[in-house]
Amino acid sequence: MTGFLRRLWSANNVTLTFLSMILAVIIGAVLIIISDADVLAKFGYFTARPSDALNASWLLVATAYGDLLKGALGDPAVFSAWFAGTATWQQALTPLSETLTYAAPLVFTGLSVALAFRGGLFNIGAQGQAVLGCLAAGVAGFTFGLPIVLNLIVALVAGVVGGALWGFIPGFLKARTGAHEVITTIMLNYTAGLFLSWLVIQKGVQAPGRTDAISKSVAESAMLPSPGGVLRVHLGIILAVLVTVGVAWLLNRSAFGFELRAVGSNPHAAKTAGISVSKTYVLLMAIAGGLAGLGGAVQVLGTAHALTPAVAGNIGFDGLLVALLGRNRPWSTFFAALLFGALRAGGNRMQSFSGISLELVTVLQALIVIFIAAPALVKAIFRLRAARAAGLGASLAKG
Amino acid sequence: MSTATVENLPEVVAPEPFWTRQRRLGLALILIGGLAAVLFGSLAPGEDARFTLSEDSEGAALSIDGQFGAILFGLLAAAAGGVLFAGLAKRWSNALLSAGILAFVLSFLCWQVAGEFMPLVDTTDGTLQLALPLILGALAGVLGERSGVVNVAIEGQFLMGAFGGALIGTMAGSVWAGLISAAIGGVIIAAILAVLSIRYLVDQTVVGMVLNLFALGITGFLYERLMQPDAQTYNQPPQMPEWRIPGLADIPVIGPVLFEANLLVWIALALVVLIHFGLSRTRWGLRTRAVGEHPTAADTVGIRVRGLRYLNVLLGGVVAGIGGAYFTLVATGSFTKNMTAGAGFIALAALIFGRFTPVGAFGAALFFGFAQKLATYLGAIESPVPSQFLNMLPYLATLIAVAGLVGRVRAPAADGLPYVKG
Repeated sequence: MTGFLRRLWSANNVTLTFLSMILAVIIGAVLIIISDADVLAKFGYFTARPSDALNASWLLVATAYGDLLKGALGDPAVFSAWFAGTATWQQALTPLSETLTYAAPLVFTGLSVALAFRGGLFNIGAQGQAVLGCLAAGVAGFTFGLPIVLNLIVALVAGVVGGALWGFIPGFLKARTGAHEVITTIMLNYTAGLFLSWLVIQKGVQAPGRTDAISKSVAESAMLPSPGGVLRVHLGIILAVLVTVGVAWLLNRSAFGFELRAVGSNPHAAKTAGISVSKTYVLLMAIAGGLAGLGGAVQVLGTAHALTPAVAGNIGFDGLLVALLGRNRPWSTFFAALLFGALRAGGNRMQSFSGISLELVTVLQALIVIFIAAPALVKAIFRLRAARAAGLGASLAKG
Repeated sequence: MSTATVENLPEVVAPEPFWTRQRRLGLALILIGGLAAVLFGSLAPGEDARFTLSEDSEGAALSIDGQFGAILFGLLAAAAGGVLFAGLAKRWSNALLSAGILAFVLSFLCWQVAGEFMPLVDTTDGTLQLALPLILGALAGVLGERSGVVNVAIEGQFLMGAFGGALIGTMAGSVWAGLISAAIGGVIIAAILAVLSIRYLVDQTVVGMVLNLFALGITGFLYERLMQPDAQTYNQPPQMPEWRIPGLADIPVIGPVLFEANLLVWIALALVVLIHFGLSRTRWGLRTRAVGEHPTAADTVGIRVRGLRYLNVLLGGVVAGIGGAYFTLVATGSFTKNMTAGAGFIALAALIFGRFTPVGAFGAALFFGFAQKLATYLGAIESPVPSQFLNMLPYLATLIAVAGLVGRVRAPAADGLPYVKG
């Protein structure tokens, strides 16, 4: 029993991830409290009546995080209303649907970054590749007018090709000239964004009769099927599961996966063993780009349905965090994307119900990943392996 | 016996490949110069392009026929390329390259400005102002990267600087308190970057990118919680005053730009000189470069590698934070969410394009600032050239530079590698 506890309280991945989230949530709570004037006023007379300030802080934080959970997973009140017959099942499942809707594109961009990482490349360019994916899928979606299933497939493939092209460039430059992929992909991100904002206001792309920057809507036959109504979830999440299976196979079972892992752990050794490092880099970046492009395509065909300069949102950069949180393993990345989707969906409810800015979610996400990336820091904060309850209490006060 | 045979060997010279860097650059210049002469020349109307020496259309002006100018400067660019290609004046190849690019830009301007006017004071002033945060951000990068710490968090430092400057500047009612808080804002991000990458050995690029998102989130969060509900108390910082140096400010074009300016302009220019000489002439500079190129060797002779890296990254935080102050205390009167909009990455581009040197970064920042200014100018005269493409210029130029098409950019050898003693 004590052996089990000691192992639980050691620096394994599950414990570290869990503790990172706790730390992030605590810092988030502090931010919520110090940015609320009413509660801060109560802290003004803290020494006289500490219970006032503490109760108000607790209420504020509990309501905010409660709304976050309800918005991500479901509201118990709505569930009981559904069982009583006063609410529909669609209403009860709306939060879950939102979570999956936000998670779907992140799975693709997260896998893109994770796969590249395993080959030793840091694909910051997932954002630009997703933008190109959006662009290609959107244009294909309103241009061709093909019959029902075919149109969707063509638009998805266009998104993959667009992203793959944008991933191929840094891979090619890295293989041919040694240009560092971090720098080239950062530059390509902004180039892609500017190109998209130029494209959407061109004649033939811009929606007729509109003066703002928005393109024509994609044809209905090119949209990812969805139950409709309040449920926005679409086929993209099923696609995400399938692609995760594919990437897991590619990485762990295929010959190319072996090669890219070999290159990732030691390019010199891989070269000596007869693996073409430059070919691996080019192919890997093209595949990673294709994955991010597919994420962009899912965003346009599943949720946005039209191109705007900000259509890709932040899905590429969020994918970066997702991959880091998932420690670059396909299924872990998939679940990390679900967590991020849940945070985002819950953040929306938190914003509209508790009035806490959605940006708090970005802070939480970044903090979780900072702690995950620095396990030594978390170990030091919680004195892991020291296994003394007093030590935990003392360091929690610091966090 | 054997030494005799060695001495008798004729000196072997490796044959130079035909396609040297000069030849490739020369060919590229000939092509774009020729293209400029033909394309811009045929498109330009035969009207005067006026470059006025004031802020408006009045007063003395440099004037040239648009069509003639476009063709002339296009041919000059091609001629500079020709000299490069022929392999003449090898010592001057960089100057020739710059002259060629300048001639190409002038040819483009003659086409665009023909029938219109371009106020030179306004253009120069706008270029310098837009370049200000880029100069400071790139200098912050120089400080970190020359000592071996990659800093992709310049964007985050800008945001924190801009936010801190606006918040404390408003609350204290003083622009100087704002400036100091901006520096502190930059240092906060720099400190996290330093501790995580130097002490906890986390991948520096990863930390940098995550810190950018962190800064975006935390400034956005506090903006919506504090500044948006009550802008009066939290988001109306006083603006940095413009000081005029009598006499010097009367020099045409340069005078009003350099000597009737806010303090930030002088800080930026002074820092360029200071860091340039600091890096090349002082003990600190030599140690910084040693730590960035070969930390083990530096450690062996007794330099504290980690301590110096901490110092430089934190100094970089100060500089980048001041660069962030530009956004709220100079350019606009308030903070808005994600207001830096990628300027930190253009600063990173300027750093790399400027080959990790202070003076090079300064030049690159000015060039990128000019591209941005030109984009707004062309928008104002309703030019058919889309502003988005001009705004792409910094990124594309950097892409070309790192790909080695215009001479390979070499980063400090130990850039991005954490140092573990032992």
